[in-house]
Amino acid sequence: MFRRTLMAGAVALAGLIGPASAQQPTEIQFWHGLSQPLGGLLERLVSDFNGSQTQYRIVPTFRGSYPETMVAAIAAFRAGQAPHLVQMFEVGTGTMINAGRAIIPTHELLTQTGVNINFDDFLPGVRGYYAAADGRQMAMPFNSSTAVVYYNKDAFRRANLNPDQFPTTWEGVGQALTALKASGHACPMSTAWPTWLHVEQFSAIHNIPLATQGNGFGGANAELRVNNPMMLRHLTNLVNWQKEGLFRWGGRDNAGEALFPGGECAIMMTSSGFRARVQREARFDWGVAMLPTYEGTQPANAIIGGASLWVMNRGPNTQRNAAELRGVAEFFAYTARPEVAGKWHMDTGYLPITRSGFESARASGFYTQPANVGADIPIEQMLRGASSENTRGIRLGGFVEIRVIMQEEMEKAFQGQQTPEQALAAMTTRGNAVLRNFERANRGG
Amino acid sequence: MRKKVIFKGTLLPWLLLLPQLLITGVFFFWPAGQAIYGSFLREDAFGLSREFVGLENFSDILADPTYLAAGWNTVVFSSAVAFSALGIALFLAVQADKAIRGTNFFKTMLIWPYAVAPAIAAVLWLFMFHPQIGLFGRMINGMGILWDYKLNGGQAMTLVVVAAAWKQVSYNFIFFMAGLQSIPRAVLEAAAIDGARPMRRFWTIIFPLLAPTSFFLLVVNIVYAFFDTFGTIHALTGGGPGQATTTLIYKVYVDGVQNLNFGSSAAQSVILMAIVILLTAVQFRFIERKVHY
Repeated sequence: MFRRTLMAGAVALAGLIGPASAQQPTEIQFWHGLSQPLGGLLERLVSDFNGSQTQYRIVPTFRGSYPETMVAAIAAFRAGQAPHLVQMFEVGTGTMINAGRAIIPTHELLTQTGVNINFDDFLPGVRGYYAAADGRQMAMPFNSSTAVVYYNKDAFRRANLNPDQFPTTWEGVGQALTALKASGHACPMSTAWPTWLHVEQFSAIHNIPLATQGNGFGGANAELRVNNPMMLRHLTNLVNWQKEGLFRWGGRDNAGEALFPGGECAIMMTSSGFRARVQREARFDWGVAMLPTYEGTQPANAIIGGASLWVMNRGPNTQRNAAELRGVAEFFAYTARPEVAGKWHMDTGYLPITRSGFESARASGFYTQPANVGADIPIEQMLRGASSENTRGIRLGGFVEIRVIMQEEMEKAFQGQQTPEQALAAMTTRGNAVLRNFERANRGG
Repeated sequence: MRKKVIFKGTLLPWLLLLPQLLITGVFFFWPAGQAIYGSFLREDAFGLSREFVGLENFSDILADPTYLAAGWNTVVFSSAVAFSALGIALFLAVQADKAIRGTNFFKTMLIWPYAVAPAIAAVLWLFMFHPQIGLFGRMINGMGILWDYKLNGGQAMTLVVVAAAWKQVSYNFIFFMAGLQSIPRAVLEAAAIDGARPMRRFWTIIFPLLAPTSFFLLVVNIVYAFFDTFGTIHALTGGGPGQATTTLIYKVYVDGVQNLNFGSSAAQSVILMAIVILLTAVQFRFIERKVHY
């Protein structure tokens, strides 16, 4: 009895993952890292695709947070069980691009299958983040966000500040913080994603390099350049503001976000994807603004966060068949359709990643609805200024680890255990050790 | 009176031992061997290229200041957890051993926390002591003490020690209760008649007679603090702020699972294995002699 069940199970399993017969649609495993409600929206997009044709069936599976999804996909590859498609957060891009035969670059996939996607339609800041140095597309852009400022307009009014004009410079922000504190606000400002906001986005907007080799796009031998006068000025300001009670460290990653919707902190810098939560929870008048810069800087475009879709081989010695590749390519082309991309943007609050998707959302009157005022600020911020190699994005191997290192050194600076100078120097030393390790481990790959 | 079973031949005894040997082999020797093998390698995350580097992973680790800091954190953390968990459990056990009303109720209540999974226990403490949303966290801040374990390393360490020790108190309590009940009443009563006060009775009779139990618990608690507190630290502080609560076992996880640096992670676990073997051997060799069974 047991044996029979086992055999039936094995047969069913083989049918699930093996090559499909002509009648059966080809199954494509898709691992993603979006929790609810975003995960549900993603699954709806997938089922819309499945309903639009009969040859392929995409099976989405939630695999935990972004880092967990990444680790799961890598472990599965080592075991010869990798999914066809994996959603990978932007920080993992450097690792994936260097993954050799573990991945199938998107441009190769499209050439092999003959499916056409017009990448000129994509926003440069989105497309470039996932392209090789020579411009060939490595991953399919999917859900992109950027960082913006959320501020409490009621608190601004109480502090006699103009609620409709968030300061465009950090000098102006400093004055606003003092005014907010003077008006009795216990926490004038906090931040989520401390390194993404105050190191990565900060460097891009100020058009200064975060690492050599064009932030790593030029090769794996890049070195960190965060120990520069501009970063020092900013970190010193943050540390001083924290001492004076003008800024509060809200914790690593997105932990700080909890301080805004309840009205505790007047200013919150975080992902554009935070909008839905503020809309739902905030019981005060709030606004969205672009990230400030220091005086004398011509602001450059912001960079993206979020995730892209990578095509993986099944294991070190197993390739994908033509039908599987074709299915993945068709799905990519589907997500780039103007109406699909536009709907995804409007439903989720992620950036519209294609111009036609943006136009489709605008044509539907989305941005003029009162509830959506300011929803186009992240897009404007992505398109402002001239782009340079400092504003394409970040392409460093082991960047997940480097981000943690930067947060640790920032925490030590905010605790007063080290000066901002020491923090930046330690970030550079420890981060470079990670980069050299990665370079060495991937030399042969 | 001892019974001795003598088997004819060697086949049957080996067969009877086989299940246990298999389990030990598959779940201990095989992974341990893999870890030792992996500690000499350096490979990329996907396992596509590997390089034999000899002892380089070990020399890198031992030269890494963050690893040495994690070692010191482990010493502080483990001794704080073991001593506070043992001390509190002993105090509670002695109190519960007295003939008071509702002893059974107290006993049950004290044993309960042991059934709580480490990660859930940590979340419980998180909800109590979070500086913004926690009941006690807000209370402490309200009293004018700046409480923020996300930024204050000392406070973070205190919190993980308290959370880890709290769970272990129940376990220790059960063993101390059993130990106390096996102490002959007659001895204590005789001492009382001779005029020994409760404190003196405790230190001269109860404590020495509890020594075997305490010794056993000391070993168990240190091993617990070394290996089983991962969930507590992960859920409460994630090893931060800075690396203030990163212990050796936590660093193995961070470097292996998060940073995908398998060689270094394997080397660290080999070192950890050596430390535990050494610690246990020392305890049994030197401390056990001073314990009266």
